[in-house]
Amino acid sequence: MSEIAVSFDHVWKKFRKGERFDSLRDLVPALAKRLWSGRPTGLGAKEFWALRDVSFELKRGDSLGIIGPNGSGKSTTLKLLSRILKPDSGSLMVKGRYGALIELGAGFHPDLTGRENVYLNGTILGMKRAEIAKKFDAIVAFAELEEFLDTPVKRYSSGMHARLGFSVAAHVDPEVLIVDEVLSVGDYHFQEKCFARMHEFIRNGTTLIFVSHNLTAIGSLCKNGLLLNKGVPVFQGDVQGAIQKYYALYEEDTKSSDLEITGIRLTDTQGRDRDVFDPGEGAVFTVQMKALADITNAHACAYIRTRDGQPLFDTATSRYSDTRLTLAKGECATAVFRMNLNLQDGVFPLGFSVSSEFDEYFIYCNMGLKQLVMTGDRKSNGFVYLNPQAELHLEKVEVDARVLRPGAATRQRGALVE
Amino acid sequence: MLRELIRYRDLLYMLTWREIRIRYKQSVMGFLWAMLMPMLIVGSGILVRQAFAMTSGKAVTWNDVLAISIKGVFWAFFAGAVRFATVSLVSNSSLVTKIYFPREILPLSSVFSAAFDFVVAGAFLAVLMVFAPTMFSIYLLWTPLIFAVLFLITLAFSVLLACANLFFRDVKYLVEVIITFGVLFTPVFYSAHALGKWAPLILANPVSAVLESLNDVIVLHRAPDPFWLGCAALTGVLGTFISWKIFQKAEPAFAQEI
Repeated sequence: MSEIAVSFDHVWKKFRKGERFDSLRDLVPALAKRLWSGRPTGLGAKEFWALRDVSFELKRGDSLGIIGPNGSGKSTTLKLLSRILKPDSGSLMVKGRYGALIELGAGFHPDLTGRENVYLNGTILGMKRAEIAKKFDAIVAFAELEEFLDTPVKRYSSGMHARLGFSVAAHVDPEVLIVDEVLSVGDYHFQEKCFARMHEFIRNGTTLIFVSHNLTAIGSLCKNGLLLNKGVPVFQGDVQGAIQKYYALYEEDTKSSDLEITGIRLTDTQGRDRDVFDPGEGAVFTVQMKALADITNAHACAYIRTRDGQPLFDTATSRYSDTRLTLAKGECATAVFRMNLNLQDGVFPLGFSVSSEFDEYFIYCNMGLKQLVMTGDRKSNGFVYLNPQAELHLEKVEVDARVLRPGAATRQRGALVE
Repeated sequence: MLRELIRYRDLLYMLTWREIRIRYKQSVMGFLWAMLMPMLIVGSGILVRQAFAMTSGKAVTWNDVLAISIKGVFWAFFAGAVRFATVSLVSNSSLVTKIYFPREILPLSSVFSAAFDFVVAGAFLAVLMVFAPTMFSIYLLWTPLIFAVLFLITLAFSVLLACANLFFRDVKYLVEVIITFGVLFTPVFYSAHALGKWAPLILANPVSAVLESLNDVIVLHRAPDPFWLGCAALTGVLGTFISWKIFQKAEPAFAQEI
């Protein structure tokens, strides 16, 4: 089981930016001009590295989530893995049959029917026709499009289109599955189905490489994480760590024109620095700040949000004491927030803001000042932790044969339906 | 390279099938579509010949009509295949940038789908020939070989031009213009030998040599000129080999340059 399935060895990839001659009409005069003047004119090819020295290795059955801001080289990595692009330096290897879900419904033709497109798309993804014929019913059943099989795809809604595309791709049965941001399609029900399918792949020993901005999905599907930023691998390790580092990328702006954050601490109730907490644990969030301008009667607020930016919790010091944040230029203050972290597992950005007296504007605001990592108790799910206790009481009742005759029950149900 | 093509033969089949299916599905005329191009070529050829006949005083014979029809059908295959293949990579750019498969399959499927049209038109022509007072001879057996030569020449142009059009988008306009007027520079409406000592100039075009050979074996019941057909065959084999090599050399850059 521990054989290497995917390896990426010191891979570099460069792209050109700027204009390029893409027609003879432009090329011929340019060449003539160059010959005439003897010196190349115009801007030379400006190149930049889309990937710099990226290495990773995956064993069979591993799952890797690749995250990073836009333009960080995630899709380039996938395209290299699926052999669409070739690296400029370094080498890579993918062992066994791979399926690449970079675009759903690749090659779908709008004028062809669903049935015809299943065959077309399947062969494009590398299946044999006989194989598709064998899996055809399963593919259609998964997409839940039995009634529309003989309708041209141009009459499909975008959700139906995506469902059929995913369904074909999900039946390729690859040894290595490469998935780009394609799951953000379809309704909730279908998305759940897609995730269930991906989990099934992993359970069956498929190696998964997954790129997404949906960090919840990455966190639940992948074991390993790779964080890229501008083509450079910033972090490699377990997925929660990668997600936390990803948020940390945005933690830099700790200064506004009026206020500077000089210290941030997250500790437990004993005062030990901690990032990771168990559900229900107490935590102390301390922010030290220095005024760069005069501040009067301001409010210091703390926020906890979900990773997709939904507000979960916020509070302000002014709601607990009469002390207002009034500082002359150069003076310092410390805000302390004590709370019980009744949260379930996940990573939560911890924010801090200083708002003006009547809440008209922010003097300082950063919604991702620090990351808070919650472990799960594995007994309950959701966002909040309600310190649950649960038990089950079975009541053994003497069965009265006359009351619970099966025939009587059936008749009763029949009567209800009527 | 061939091994990979064999591995992806199902894809080649499906993409060819897609091109054919779309062409025949979209047009109301159905299979008449395959006839349209050759019929236009043959029709205009006969018209041109009739005009010549008026000035020269030599009447148009059944053999002339037959020659134009045969050459027209084969020319239509060449022109159609090259025309579709030239845009094959660019019009499937979403596949080229998103999915891996041997890219040769795209121009190849264009050539194969044009070959399908050719078979339909060819069958129609064969039926006409059987009903019309046509002589058949043993030389007819040369036809498959000559078609194979034409197929290779077509492949060479298709693969090369598909690749060129990816890098230079105006190649397709050039191809359009050259194919439109190419029918006049190639002996489709006339016989190369009618040009006397200028004939070699025309026959140096490998497609001309192929068309003249077809005229020899089907209409004139004689063996084709071995020299010119040999030249054409050599051009086909070498051309296919070279343009395939160029295509493969350029292939890694396709996804980022398209």
